[in-house]
Amino acid sequence: MDVTQYLQIFIEESREHLQNLNDNLLQLENDPENMKILNEIFRAAHTLKGMSGTMGYNNMQKLTHTMESVLAEIRTGNVSVSSKLVDVLFKSVDALENYLNEITETGKEGIKEHISLISDLNSLLESNNKQSKIEVKEKSIITKASIALDFSENEYINEMLNQGKKAYVIDIQIADSCMLKGARAYLIIKSMQDFAEIYKSNPTLKDIEEENFDFNLSFIVISLDERRVFEEELNSIAEVNSVEVKDYIPNNKQEDIKNTVRKEEIVKEDIQDEKVEEKVEEKNLEDKKQQSSKTVRVDISRLDNLMNLVSELIIVKTRLEEEVKTSESNEALEYLERVTTNLHDAVMKVRMVPVERVFNRFPRMIRDLAQNLNKTIVLKMNGEDTELDRTVIDEIGDPLIHLLRNAADHGLEVPEERAKAGKAKQGVINLRAYQDGNNVVIEVEDDGKGINYEKVRRKAVEVGAVSAESSGNLSENELLQFIFTPSFSTADQITNVSGRGVGLDVVKTKIEALGGNVEVKSELGKGTKFIVRLPLTLAIIQALMVKIGQERYAIPLNIIQTIEDIQEEDIKHIQKKETILLRDKVIPIVRLGRELGVSEEKSIKEDSTVTIVITKKGEREIGFVIDSLIGEQEIVIKSLGKYLASIKMIAGATILGNGEVALILDINMLV
Amino acid sequence: MNNQKDLNSSEVKQYITFDLEEEEYGINIEEIESINRIQGITRVPKAPAYINGVINVRGDIIPVMSLRKKLNFEDDAFTNNSRIIIIKKQDASIAIIVDKVKEVVGLDGKNIETVQELNTKIGIDFIKGVGKIDNRIVTIININKLIENIEEELIGDLRLNDAR
Repeated sequence: MDVTQYLQIFIEESREHLQNLNDNLLQLENDPENMKILNEIFRAAHTLKGMSGTMGYNNMQKLTHTMESVLAEIRTGNVSVSSKLVDVLFKSVDALENYLNEITETGKEGIKEHISLISDLNSLLESNNKQSKIEVKEKSIITKASIALDFSENEYINEMLNQGKKAYVIDIQIADSCMLKGARAYLIIKSMQDFAEIYKSNPTLKDIEEENFDFNLSFIVISLDERRVFEEELNSIAEVNSVEVKDYIPNNKQEDIKNTVRKEEIVKEDIQDEKVEEKVEEKNLEDKKQQSSKTVRVDISRLDNLMNLVSELIIVKTRLEEEVKTSESNEALEYLERVTTNLHDAVMKVRMVPVERVFNRFPRMIRDLAQNLNKTIVLKMNGEDTELDRTVIDEIGDPLIHLLRNAADHGLEVPEERAKAGKAKQGVINLRAYQDGNNVVIEVEDDGKGINYEKVRRKAVEVGAVSAESSGNLSENELLQFIFTPSFSTADQITNVSGRGVGLDVVKTKIEALGGNVEVKSELGKGTKFIVRLPLTLAIIQALMVKIGQERYAIPLNIIQTIEDIQEEDIKHIQKKETILLRDKVIPIVRLGRELGVSEEKSIKEDSTVTIVITKKGEREIGFVIDSLIGEQEIVIKSLGKYLASIKMIAGATILGNGEVALILDINMLV
Repeated sequence: MNNQKDLNSSEVKQYITFDLEEEEYGINIEEIESINRIQGITRVPKAPAYINGVINVRGDIIPVMSLRKKLNFEDDAFTNNSRIIIIKKQDASIAIIVDKVKEVVGLDGKNIETVQELNTKIGIDFIKGVGKIDNRIVTIININKLIENIEEELIGDLRLNDAR
């Protein structure tokens, strides 16, 4: 049987469980006595063990099994929760994550066994001197088979018994919550075959393979091993509710068989009674789980497909608007417009994911960082339920990690220094997310020492970014821009957390690639705040269509401040750069036609006014000279494709109503 | 699909032949998605010279390469016969402009000679083999070779620009 079809489910669910483990371990660290958290951890570890076992990932299974044993000991009170214990458990979770990453990439878990980790875990157990294994209930009820054998089959068994082998009847019940029943059964059979011959099964092996069974499996096996071997082996398989191994006593009379079958049923019922209590508990949990997840898991590619179709629809709609302009059709067109807009919104909403998905790994990261740096850090998170497009969510993790590491390492001082400055020893990092119009804002704020402007100034001169004389004229804001340039670090020493000067420039590039921007505000001694602004969606935006020469381009509307008509003679030259004076502000201008290499022939107008689109990016305003305005339009962003993606000044392309392509300008890159 | 062994198999393969600078070339039909008339091509600033721009093919943006410019022939003069051939690629399709599309021919391995040296107008790298039909000669083009270095050239170009 092939388990690869379950691989995706396995990876996704394992990720959830690992996240769950991380979260709960963090809580457990602060609240070591809380049984509820402990149970939650235990359950996650247990499920992981089972799932990895089913998929045949033995190393993973081994590690989770050892974790589970430790957790079981905590549950019984034999081991108490210490910070060392939590550390080892965290490390184990990390190791599991590594396995999972390996599996995601290659489909195999790799050969690393994490032996030291396992021995660490075991030493936690041994230090308590009480080695209690998971109890296997000894049931000495010897009954006859729940599978009937006919005469000749009985003869065969008899012969085997005479040869000194043993025959067992094994009844296995698989948990009814089990998703991968077939895989589970496959594993059961496989593990038994290692030391036994399966003589007969009910249902037949073929049916099992085809998943034609409920949750009960019965086998008659012939083996040289003791009953105990089977019990241990089979009990170690997850999601197996019960395992019963009985000696098989051959019988030759049909009536007997019938009788015993009935007896067997009674015995079975008894056993089930014993489990009722346990089951009720599990049922309750199950109910809870189902309540909280009235959701459908959909492959992201299907959503992308849906999005593409909506995009097509919008393109056709725009085309209709251009071509059909009679009064009767107008009403219908307006209606179509409303429907497509709603449809677009609805699809967008489906693609929205709460930022929690990214945020949830940060508490753990900050905890580790704090330990590494010998600082006490509290991470306060707000607005985790703020939603962003799935594509954005996937990308912002790394930039945010950079910012948080920065805050923890550079931003916050060590406790002694904080005490000297009259601050609380505990450093605070605030991570906030909120929606602001068509943007989502994420702020990373620390209450640390802030950015030392003088240091930045010195460094800027040192690396030759600015001359010593002119550096004095730089405003604080201009100085702050330097920290986003490559290889610019003001950290006195390089730690393994940060300070190598790679980071903020990467953060900036990444966020700008997502159509967002980063700002920084800092006050010496009080702290630093990074403000990341991201667009809600990447796929469809409002844009201003402009004409440059004979070519049409789109400029995203969200960065446009104003559009101005300026007399040619009002354009002044400052340091060889063209600028205009607008409402007492000096704004540099860029002639797009020249920049884009548009053939200039007709751009000289008679009245000598030029149209300038003023854009704002962070604090900076820049004007772009265009030839004429076409209008505002909803556009669908398409990629230029692999070959042309590295052309920086073009953010993408869009399809116009007439089927032609217009390019979207990436204003950030044109400056 | 592009190795020599493949060419030499006796199985008959279909090729679309087209004219370029008065010579006949062929592309395996399996590599072709569609053949379109010349439509509005949008120029892309800073693209390599042999990239004419991009077009919209059923909602996808596809770069258009001038085969003439790429092979250092004279520049295209679009006529009524000019066509755009869309080459299907798993990660990114690309379109090429040719003077005229002629026909579909079937060629088996026997009719295709691999070339070590050949006196053609285009670089030997871009040629997979030479097919013979009656007394015509069709040069089979290695599309992958043609497009494999667009990206690098582009990045190189951009660096040059930056340096200036």
